[in-house]
Amino acid sequence: MTTKTPPLSIENVSVAYHRKPVLRNITYQSPEGECVGIIGPNGAGKSTLIKAALGLLPLAGGEVSIYGKPYSQQRKLVGYVPQRESVDWDFPTNALDVVLMGLYGQLGWFRRPKSEHKDRALEALRKVGMESFAKRQISQLSGGQQQRVFLARALAQEAQIYFMDEPFVGVDAATEKAIVQVLHELKEQKKTVFVVHHDLQTVSEYFDSVMLLNLRLIASGPTNEIFTTENLQKTYGGRLAILPPQTNDLLSTQ
Amino acid sequence: MMSSLWIILTGALIASSCAFLGCFLILRRMAMLGDAISHSILPGIVIAFLVSGSRDPLPMFIGAAVFGLLCTIIIQLLRNQGVQADAAMSVSFTALFAIGIILISLFTQQVDLDLDCVLYGEIAYVPYDTWTWSGVDMGPRAMWGAGAAFLLSLIIVRLFYKQFKLTSFDPALAMAIGIPVAIFHYLLMGLVSITTVASFESVGAILVVAMLIVPAATAYLLTERLGVMLGLSVLIGAICSICGYLLSVMLDASIAGCMTMVAGGLFALAFLFSPQQGVVTRWWIRKKLRAQF
Repeated sequence: MTTKTPPLSIENVSVAYHRKPVLRNITYQSPEGECVGIIGPNGAGKSTLIKAALGLLPLAGGEVSIYGKPYSQQRKLVGYVPQRESVDWDFPTNALDVVLMGLYGQLGWFRRPKSEHKDRALEALRKVGMESFAKRQISQLSGGQQQRVFLARALAQEAQIYFMDEPFVGVDAATEKAIVQVLHELKEQKKTVFVVHHDLQTVSEYFDSVMLLNLRLIASGPTNEIFTTENLQKTYGGRLAILPPQTNDLLSTQ
Repeated sequence: MMSSLWIILTGALIASSCAFLGCFLILRRMAMLGDAISHSILPGIVIAFLVSGSRDPLPMFIGAAVFGLLCTIIIQLLRNQGVQADAAMSVSFTALFAIGIILISLFTQQVDLDLDCVLYGEIAYVPYDTWTWSGVDMGPRAMWGAGAAFLLSLIIVRLFYKQFKLTSFDPALAMAIGIPVAIFHYLLMGLVSITTVASFESVGAILVVAMLIVPAATAYLLTERLGVMLGLSVLIGAICSICGYLLSVMLDASIAGCMTMVAGGLFALAFLFSPQQGVVTRWWIRKKLRAQF
């Protein structure tokens, strides 16, 4: 760990829904310019961790800082890709318009999007291979295409840190490829990306480092050191029936 | 003839202002909120009457608006604590309505506070209740009230169009980029309260509730852009007023009833024949496709 201010620093954070704790005493400092996978079973608090970092949920304790300052002062540095199911895709709007929403933060209270903003939004759509769907009503897009529109919206934010909530869930191969491509580009630009992820098979392939989460932070660090059978069993308990083949390969080579 | 024009104009202003805000209610899945507000303001009217000792419109308007907003606040508090949206709505407005009834039976039995006239106005009488300003007859008071409410809504939604759109579509992102989601929620609810109260005292609750929902629901079927939906719903509101009035003259029937019926008829047409989503349209397209193969 360098002495530079980490992009994301979580100090002793706890979150509770009603009285039930969903995250306990998480302390974590993220590396810079890496793609970090947030891994854990259902109900482990992965989405909650992201929402807590973004100030969408009240913290029961602890502190989150983005490059050393509270999130409320660093909003422009952060891009967010919510879960696809979190919005109503029958909303009367088109793909380009959804991407433009990513720029509302920079526009401030009263300014309206102009042609330069439309160009930026189109550029973001092009990066995810969706430029020909710009004028398409969003309910007429497939699930994967909707996910790419959300991704483009976050790209348009031109942030330093990205939080993506399960972008790979239920998408087609073309979309998965597009997302991986985008993750690579972001990493080349030295941006830090956090991705809530479910598919253990692809973890080693996609992420430089991981956070293993199950109410508590089980382990975190470089994927090749931390993503081990032992840690996974600690994270998933008895529920993990089959271990991914890569993991076994990894272990046999160690 | 003049009075017909006043009725149509007042009806159109009320229908359009309700329809305009109704678009956001529908997109936020709060369609029944108008109904809730129109009931929950009863205690506000009674309290205003008891405090001011008169049936002046202004104190009544303030009392009603305060309780309309109070109702939306209670609904939101309940929802934040995990009560389902429709249950929260029903619980709040029935409780407030009941408080109003109790207040009436306790304190106002000897006084003439005619519920029918306070709560359920009749649009046919609109031309007779005029507003006189420095000696000049300015036309029906209800028309000015509805017009002012409409203008206020137009200005505020125009100023904060981005924010209203994003908080309706994706409140999580709105919050993440620093838009005060709760403030815009209450701003919208405040506008709905004001519009509801300004309208239904003169034209009746049924017309207001219908106009909050039906034109917006019709516009929703006809377009895929929010801006177009807002414009269309306003236009549909105006058409309802004009055609509804003509229909009521032909049938010699209730004006508000006829306006509401026209709205229902337009919705049915859009439901069947909308270019994208119409039931008949889709059937026709499927039939043509089958013929091709």
